[in-house]
Amino acid sequence: MTTSNATIPVQHGMAEHSHGAGVPVQTRSERLRSANVADFAPISRREEQYRYVTSEQLAGLDADSLDEYMGDISIKHPEGVTTAWVGSDHPSFGGAGLPEDRPSAAAWGSAEQAYLVTIPGDATAECEVQIGINSDSDSPSALHMIIEAKPFARGTVILDHKGAAVLGENVEIIVGDEADITVISIQDWDTASVHNSAQFAKLGRNSKLRHLVVSLGGKTVRVSTSAEFTQPGGDVELLGMYFADAGQFLENRLYVDHAVPNCKSRVTYKGALQGEKAHTVWVGDVLIRMAAEGTDTYELNRNLLLTEGARADSVPNLEIETGKIEGAGHASASGRFDDEQLFYLQARGINEREARRLVVRGFLNEIIQKIGNEEIESRLSASIEAELERSGS
Amino acid sequence: MAILQIKNLHVTVETEQGTKEILKGVDLTIHSGESHAIMGPNGSGKSTLAYTIAGHPKYTVTEGEILLDGEDVLDMSVDERARAGLFLAMQYPVEIPGVSVSNFLRTAKTAISGEAPALRTWIKDVRGAMDALKMDNTFTERNVNEGFSGGEKKRHEILQLELLKPKFAVLDETDSGLDVDALKIVSEGVNRAKEANDFGLLLITHYTRILKYIKPDFVHVFVAGKIAEQGGPELADRLEAEGYDRYVKA
Ligand SMILES: Nc1ncnc2c1ncn2[C@@H]1O[C@H](COP(=O)(O)OP(=O)(O)OP(=O)(O)O)[C@@H](O)[C@H]1O
Ligand SMILES: [Mg+2]
Repeated sequence: MTTSNATIPVQHGMAEHSHGAGVPVQTRSERLRSANVADFAPISRREEQYRYVTSEQLAGLDADSLDEYMGDISIKHPEGVTTAWVGSDHPSFGGAGLPEDRPSAAAWGSAEQAYLVTIPGDATAECEVQIGINSDSDSPSALHMIIEAKPFARGTVILDHKGAAVLGENVEIIVGDEADITVISIQDWDTASVHNSAQFAKLGRNSKLRHLVVSLGGKTVRVSTSAEFTQPGGDVELLGMYFADAGQFLENRLYVDHAVPNCKSRVTYKGALQGEKAHTVWVGDVLIRMAAEGTDTYELNRNLLLTEGARADSVPNLEIETGKIEGAGHASASGRFDDEQLFYLQARGINEREARRLVVRGFLNEIIQKIGNEEIESRLSASIEAELERSGS
Repeated sequence: MAILQIKNLHVTVETEQGTKEILKGVDLTIHSGESHAIMGPNGSGKSTLAYTIAGHPKYTVTEGEILLDGEDVLDMSVDERARAGLFLAMQYPVEIPGVSVSNFLRTAKTAISGEAPALRTWIKDVRGAMDALKMDNTFTERNVNEGFSGGEKKRHEILQLELLKPKFAVLDETDSGLDVDALKIVSEGVNRAKEANDFGLLLITHYTRILKYIKPDFVHVFVAGKIAEQGGPELADRLEAEGYDRYVKA
């Protein structure tokens, strides 16, 4: 069991603050951002972005150019929501961020058009948009999506990735002032699929974003999520859940950029791993810039290793440039299955297999319960059941 | 009428210094309806006995046997033992994040009776038992033992005892950490369950005060991995007055 916990009680008016653990050598804000793939060097372990993934695992997604995604995109949405393919000259294209690594830049340059989904300002919380990306190709291809929630918009957008794919994807999420939206990205690919997804969120004044990444199927699934506050009063909740089987590589990289005062962020990621060479990576970067007074942030990652031979890397990085914050903390722990829990359940007559399921389900439940959408909750519960079934555990 | 027999039980654990024998020949027979109290100094092996009966994997039986109505208990897995009618109320109940009490209780009941309980009567049973134990109904929505106070954990153990209706119950220091009111409530719960199901009871305790509520038929003094003496309820009073000195020195 490896555990690291840190909560920093912060006094108002403190001039300076330093944080002991995990401060990156290079400040996170200095990392290269560019839409041009040529600006990025080839993938090498020496660079933080690629510390855990190899070029081979990305199966061509780090090439100079990719095909444009030609697969099926299905969409279901209520009236008022609009969709359109737009070119890079559209004002929303690049409106939420720019690539920070080579595969993201490769996809950016290769997708001539972006699929733009606009949620109007009068959309209510019931507004649910379902986007199905149903691929059946294994040649490296690029897809660019833009989700734009206009000021005051409410609603949920579900991105559902399925099928066979080698997909480089950029998802921009523009959250207008006072908007409150949920974006759920489900990666339930076929076993051989490879997916690199960079998801950029930009939050307006007093806006709220709940973002959930669920990675279940696929050989390599690497999701980099960043959130940037542009105005005070923003609130972002980044949730994630993953379940890695033998031979699967699931990576989640988070970056929350607190650039303005009085914003709040919560990062909660939980993963279960089972089987030989099941490998998960979680990197959580949080930057609190000098101007970001009144920031309130906490990030947590927990991993449950169900069998030998699985590996979970978990790296929280908190970079704090001002002491005038509400709070900043992180917790990260990866542990083996707790035999005492198993014993307790078995001592109540529950057989081992059922007891293991209860514990794993319970462990991941914390995330599922936060979604607040019964249909999605039961679908994710079913997916976890299927994962447990597959393993025969 | 059921019978639980423990014969010449020897148990070891693996420690960093090697294998250590903790139980050194325990003999004990319990019939349905009987109440046995076990008292003994810290570290004498009481919890080890309780865990071994329940089948905790940490403990290895090197000699002796445990029989439930003649059936070899040591041959059964932990859950098989529970389904055969053995129940252990733990000294330190374990937290299970994300698993609600109501889900846990229903799953356990289903496992033990071999079929899901009829929903309407089950909810009534759970409510009734919780009310009697003065547990707030909101506990069913909470995760198993998570954030429970020490006393709440113990009540939750007795709640399970009432609902799961075992043939034999081992209570490992269920009275420790209870305030006077809670002690009474929990003891009454045990008595109620016993009245209803007539189970055999093995009560591990350090204090005679619980024995004022739960009257033992037999008291056993447990020292250095075995039973050093047994007698009736009067033995408990003597232990309280004199301590374990005479056994430890002997
Ligand atoms: N895993 C273990 N490693 C080392 N020693 C152990 C282990 N498990 C039990 N023991 C030792 O076995 C002895 C008996 O422990 P046990 O918990 O059964 O005592 P007890 O009679 O229940 O004590 P208490 O009254 O304090 O609850 C103790 O000395 C304890 O340290
Ligand atoms: Mg004990």
